[in-house]
Amino acid sequence: MQCQICNKNDATIHLTEIADGVRTEMHICEQCAVEQDITVKSHIPINELLSNLLAVQPSDDELSGSSEQSLACPNCGFTLAQFRKEGTLGCPNDYEVFEKTLLALIEKAHDGKTAHCGKIPLKTPSDTKKQMELLNLRQQLDAAVQSEDYELAAELRDKIKQSEQ
Amino acid sequence: MKLTDISNDINEWFDGSGPLADIVISSRIRLARNLAGYKFLSRCSDKEKSEILDKLRDIMMSLDLGDKVFYVSVDDAPTLNKHFLVERHLISRHHAFGKGPRGVVIAEREFFTAMINEEDHLRIQVLKAGCQISQCAQQINRIDDMIEKKVDFAFSPRYGYLTACPTNVGTGIRVSVMLHLPALKITGQIEKFFNAARDMNLAVRGLFGEGTEAASDLYQLSNQATLGVSEADIVSRFEKTIIPEIIEYENAARSQLLSKQSDVLDDKISRAMALLQNARLISSQEALFLLSHLRLGINMHQRMGASTPAIEKLRALCGTSDDPNKTSPLSIATINRLFMLTLPAHLQLNYGKPLDPTHRDALRAQIIRSALNQDDPRKS
Repeated sequence: MQCQICNKNDATIHLTEIADGVRTEMHICEQCAVEQDITVKSHIPINELLSNLLAVQPSDDELSGSSEQSLACPNCGFTLAQFRKEGTLGCPNDYEVFEKTLLALIEKAHDGKTAHCGKIPLKTPSDTKKQMELLNLRQQLDAAVQSEDYELAAELRDKIKQSEQ
Repeated sequence: MKLTDISNDINEWFDGSGPLADIVISSRIRLARNLAGYKFLSRCSDKEKSEILDKLRDIMMSLDLGDKVFYVSVDDAPTLNKHFLVERHLISRHHAFGKGPRGVVIAEREFFTAMINEEDHLRIQVLKAGCQISQCAQQINRIDDMIEKKVDFAFSPRYGYLTACPTNVGTGIRVSVMLHLPALKITGQIEKFFNAARDMNLAVRGLFGEGTEAASDLYQLSNQATLGVSEADIVSRFEKTIIPEIIEYENAARSQLLSKQSDVLDDKISRAMALLQNARLISSQEALFLLSHLRLGINMHQRMGASTPAIEKLRALCGTSDDPNKTSPLSIATINRLFMLTLPAHLQLNYGKPLDPTHRDALRAQIIRSALNQDDPRKS
């Protein structure tokens, strides 16, 4: 479709206006949109998007009447209904208490990832630390195998073996 | 240390220095942390918040940062000071206008700030001029290590650093760069930048963070995913993929302006000069947009050797034609300074009291005129 203003470029912006019950449509290119001072908000930050989603949509769990819905965190008394309203959690323990519901959200917010890979506090007990390192290494190994970087994969496999001993 | 000690000038992070600073004005990294053994802030009483505030403030004030630090109590700060801190990128809007006991520790040179009791108990930030993301990462990691020696952070082996909002969980890291993309805007290609950001799962915000429109062709670009990817990988993705791609777009648009649309370029620069040199009342928004075009002209001369009639006029603007060695008198630092010092809260804080919008517009116009007409006082 050609731009209705310049009749040259492809129309990539499609505006529909409904005023007093009359519907008008306009198809224009980006350049003409700039000249006409029409700005298009094409990008919404993911957290905005997520909190909007959270606010309006009942989760699958809610529909199936999952137990997490009626649960309150024994530590802070927080409920999922409050989370939907406020968008933030009540205490670190909530990550465990509402794990099932949060997991879907976490996956959406973090490109499908659900496990930490990165800095570990200096003071984490060594066994946890080791566990984390292993987790990291395994994630890297998966990525290496997927990208067919077998040299790196072999290296990572050795590291994992070493860590497990 | 008072806010007025920093409000009448810009600091290093905004002075136009640093690598690739013609497009990447500044780099910033923040980390979100919460104390282990405390509830998140939404469930804390004011008493608990005060306890967290006292504890973290003492630690932040005693860090060895190589610079003096000062503390601002945000909950009882005057509204004007809150606006100033937001304009200055030292605190978020959320922190400025939130609830309950909260504060910010600021290094005098502004490269480091620690917001206490924002959305998380602690949010530390490192700011640097130009594209210096890995330098920010090194410094903030070192500071984080220093803090961790004194407190335990909420951390789970599975999810990493636990944050009040699950969108920050994991590394808790937000890398963000402030970009100046005037040529993409002028040539009608800014959508390219938005689309690239969307494809790379990055968030675009205006000059002052979440929910603000892009002012003056300045955009903030930041990562969204914080879980399942390491700090080093996020940083290297910015440095090796994201920044080079955006810079290529903007530079291509600048070349296009120069080779095919020099009339458009000259028109923008000439109009900006004429208005900024002569206007008697100017809004913040208008000033930002016009200054942006001057910034573009100067950078195109300095980085690409561009020389058009308007750019030559621009170069001569503050110079003395008798001195052939003085080629670029109107510097990027001057433009950046005008960007910052003519923002509403800066204007009022430096003036010494709140002003109504018309008086602000008059004061702003006067400051800009006198900066641009230095060689000829009659013009101002």
